[in-house]
Amino acid sequence: MTELSQIRNFSIVAHIDHGKSTLADRLIQTCGAVSDRDFHDQMLDSMDIERERGITIKAQTVRLHYKAKDGLDYVLNLMDTPGHVDFAYEVSRSLAACEGSLLVVDASQGVEAQTLANAYQAIEAGHEIIPVLNKIDLPAAEPDRVRQEIEDVVGIDASDAVLISAKTGLGVPDVLEAMVKRLPPPKGDRAAPLKALLVDSWYDPYLGVVTLVRVKDGVMRKNMRIRMMSNGSDYDIDKVGVFGPKPLEVAELGPGEIGFIVAGIKTISDCRVGDTITEEKRQAKESLAGFKPSVPVVFCGLFPVDAAEYEKLRDSLSKLRLNDSSFHYEPESSAALGFGFRCGFLGLLHLEIVQERLEREFDLDLITTAPSVVYKIALVDGTAIDLHNPTDYPEVMRIKTIDEPWIKATIIVPDEYLGSVLSLCQERRGIQQDLTYAGTRAMVVYQLPLNEVVFDFYDRLKSVSRGYASFDYEIADYREGDLVKLSILVNGETVDALSLIVHRSHSEHRGRVLCEKLKELIPQQLFKIAIQAAIGGKIVARETISALRKDVLAKCYGGDISRKRKLLDKQKKGKKRMRQVGNVEIPQSAFLAALKTG
Amino acid sequence: MMEGPFFGVYVHWPFCLSKCPYCDFNSHVRDQVDQRRWRDGLLRELRHYAARTPLRTVTSVFFGGGTPSLMPPDTVSDVIQAIKSHWTTGSDLEITLEANPTSVEAANFAALARAGVNRLSLGVQALDADALKFLGRNHSANEAIAAIELARRHFGRHSFDLIYGRPGHTVMAWREELGRALELAGDHLSLYQLTIERGTRFWRDHATGAFAMPDADTQAALYETTAELLAARGLPAYEISNHARPGGACRHNLTYWRYDDYIGVGPGAHGRFRDATNPAEKRATRQTSGPEAWLDLVEAHGHGTAEDTPVAADEAASEALMMGLRLTAGIDRTRFAANTGVALADAIDPAGLRRMVDGGFVVDDDTGLRATPAGLQRLNAVLATLGRT
Repeated sequence: MTELSQIRNFSIVAHIDHGKSTLADRLIQTCGAVSDRDFHDQMLDSMDIERERGITIKAQTVRLHYKAKDGLDYVLNLMDTPGHVDFAYEVSRSLAACEGSLLVVDASQGVEAQTLANAYQAIEAGHEIIPVLNKIDLPAAEPDRVRQEIEDVVGIDASDAVLISAKTGLGVPDVLEAMVKRLPPPKGDRAAPLKALLVDSWYDPYLGVVTLVRVKDGVMRKNMRIRMMSNGSDYDIDKVGVFGPKPLEVAELGPGEIGFIVAGIKTISDCRVGDTITEEKRQAKESLAGFKPSVPVVFCGLFPVDAAEYEKLRDSLSKLRLNDSSFHYEPESSAALGFGFRCGFLGLLHLEIVQERLEREFDLDLITTAPSVVYKIALVDGTAIDLHNPTDYPEVMRIKTIDEPWIKATIIVPDEYLGSVLSLCQERRGIQQDLTYAGTRAMVVYQLPLNEVVFDFYDRLKSVSRGYASFDYEIADYREGDLVKLSILVNGETVDALSLIVHRSHSEHRGRVLCEKLKELIPQQLFKIAIQAAIGGKIVARETISALRKDVLAKCYGGDISRKRKLLDKQKKGKKRMRQVGNVEIPQSAFLAALKTG
Repeated sequence: MMEGPFFGVYVHWPFCLSKCPYCDFNSHVRDQVDQRRWRDGLLRELRHYAARTPLRTVTSVFFGGGTPSLMPPDTVSDVIQAIKSHWTTGSDLEITLEANPTSVEAANFAALARAGVNRLSLGVQALDADALKFLGRNHSANEAIAAIELARRHFGRHSFDLIYGRPGHTVMAWREELGRALELAGDHLSLYQLTIERGTRFWRDHATGAFAMPDADTQAALYETTAELLAARGLPAYEISNHARPGGACRHNLTYWRYDDYIGVGPGAHGRFRDATNPAEKRATRQTSGPEAWLDLVEAHGHGTAEDTPVAADEAASEALMMGLRLTAGIDRTRFAANTGVALADAIDPAGLRRMVDGGFVVDDDTGLRATPAGLQRLNAVLATLGRT
């Protein structure tokens, strides 16, 4: 066990690409937690997708040993947190396990939208914050300007910010010293009944369910019988350990310590994140303040391209959920796409990541339908429904009002692109709330309907600002909207998977764009194809694909059979990947395209 | 319609004087050919296949290539005599040989006829000088016309090939060219839409933009014009690209399209047949395609077989469907079952069939299944809809 006064628990928060993972790597190396031989970049990002995209999805933790200048040995527990808005929930629970944060800001780019969002979360969690200016070795670094920006925009004292280059290691020892000196040690009572925060849990193929905990009071030991305070279920601890960053068994975890337990828990759904763990024999009186459960805000349908892969998709989803309890899924069937799942995500990046992991780690070919938000519909008969899927949109006559979720978006953008960013926000029904300047950059706060954001808003924002705008949001509230269901019909039949809920003012335009796009993507077929967009019963757009006039091999004799049959088999397989709506075959790309038309 | 079954013998002669830019067949240009060895090689491989298919009655022989009109007439004669000695042949045995209409080769026509060839198929390809040059042919239009006249004199039946849908080809120009062709035609014409095949010089030229193919509408119009004009002149299509007067269809090619049995000898030749050891099972054979490699194998082992595999019932059904629907007469239900071991109805996706029948692309009746003219010219899409996979 370690004296409380010699423990520091901290998180690193930063905007994407400001150097959070690099700093974590450097701290790990400086403290000698990993031999040079075992070291690799982004030590704490274990998923391929995290390394490739340079993002952190899952919170990770590592225990570091540091001999400070005061001669004492300290234990520094680093909780690495995701930076992206979609994973704000993961951030908040990681922060709850720590007393302080390093706020890493790129010394040339300055404060970005996620810097702000993450810093506010750390402030809210009552953290002591140490500003760290990274990349000061770059010629474009302007530490003074950025220091000022932190004070102006974030509102914290940055006069003693630590200047570092995580890449070269410059200033990293100063970070360690600053943590020891400036971050408060955890508080706790070793003699009191056990009280530990369940921070996270995941499924490990070797260990089973691993539960990450932060002990507040008391001690956790092997063979101890513990109780989950939320539901009274009991388990025996098989293993107690810490991450260094490899799992390492220890005798016990005392107050202030962060580590893991393995306790014969069958599934991660038995581990409620934010729960309080106590000892069955000597129970704590009160539980710790928990977290609100994460709520999916974006929904879409996931369907196997090959209908035979439905079972495989279901297995894969359940496996994925073992390590990501924040996404939800339930079976869905579509006339056009067959059997699949309606899935709920924390945001668009989360959606993209889950989809990509299913395709890469589980080798599935998927059709993803257009993302939708959750609408609250009040019906004339006085009842209310939550609409996750445009297909379930009730008859217009039954609807009294439709409410849609709004967000509060913060966008930080260089002055020269402000105009285009503002018009993009206006175009998306945004309401400007605030516009301030920090140097040559503007920070604009907008209220926006979430359904306008799930529709390629990021892509458009990036393109109008040449990648310089940064964006973050939080869910604000529900507001009534003039929303309609836009249906797509091919040869008179509605393609349920292409239905969208859109604002009336955008509906005709979007219908037109979608019809044009589908005309490009659906190949000529034996029959003429009419593509129509309809709102209610009214057709608002129409395109026609003329029938295929000729498609035949000129020559096919005895020596050609094998080759031509293979050609034909390939064509048949291709057809199998298409979806039949009436007499029209629609390629999967057409369904994907609906995601991209703004 | 239930004549046959046919049993054909295909003989491949792999040599050409030059390689045409559109051709992806197994053809090779060689300075020297050891004619004795080649004759013996073909005869030996024939013997090999004859031993596997005793008691069959050969209904057709087809010399293809390459350029079989470059074969010494004696070799042709020896091959024909060997076939007649190995198998029973009817009095109406059809023996076709493909020929190029150069004056050099035309000089051989009389000898080839004496050797037993009774049907000549001439690779005329175009009656237009620029087109002949584009297609890389070694003959002029006048040479071709002379060769056709000569063929008429020496052979009981003759046919010639034309290629249309060439770059810049218009319906008007093609009508005019077809009109001249019809003046020269015997009982048969093969009219092929130019196809850019992978691995040919045209493939590279086309990919690099050296020429552009007619657009889809022009191609369709050319095809439709062909069908209409030929039908009006008494040579309706009996297959996608083949037209004949009544009784003029090429029996050997019908063998392929009906999925009857045939063997193939010579480099790269393919066969589909049931052998004596297992009369219920279709086998697919392919001979080694490199001429020298083939010859070495034949001399060492008696045959140059590179592949000899059973055709699974569903594959046989799929092949028979693909071939049979090319014929305007379509697929005969009884013959289909006899040749594949699969009932026609079981080879077709019922939902797809319904859509194709309702759309007017196929006719499904007691005798069998056939594509309508609309279905024929869109056969790839029709097959993809009908097929099970």
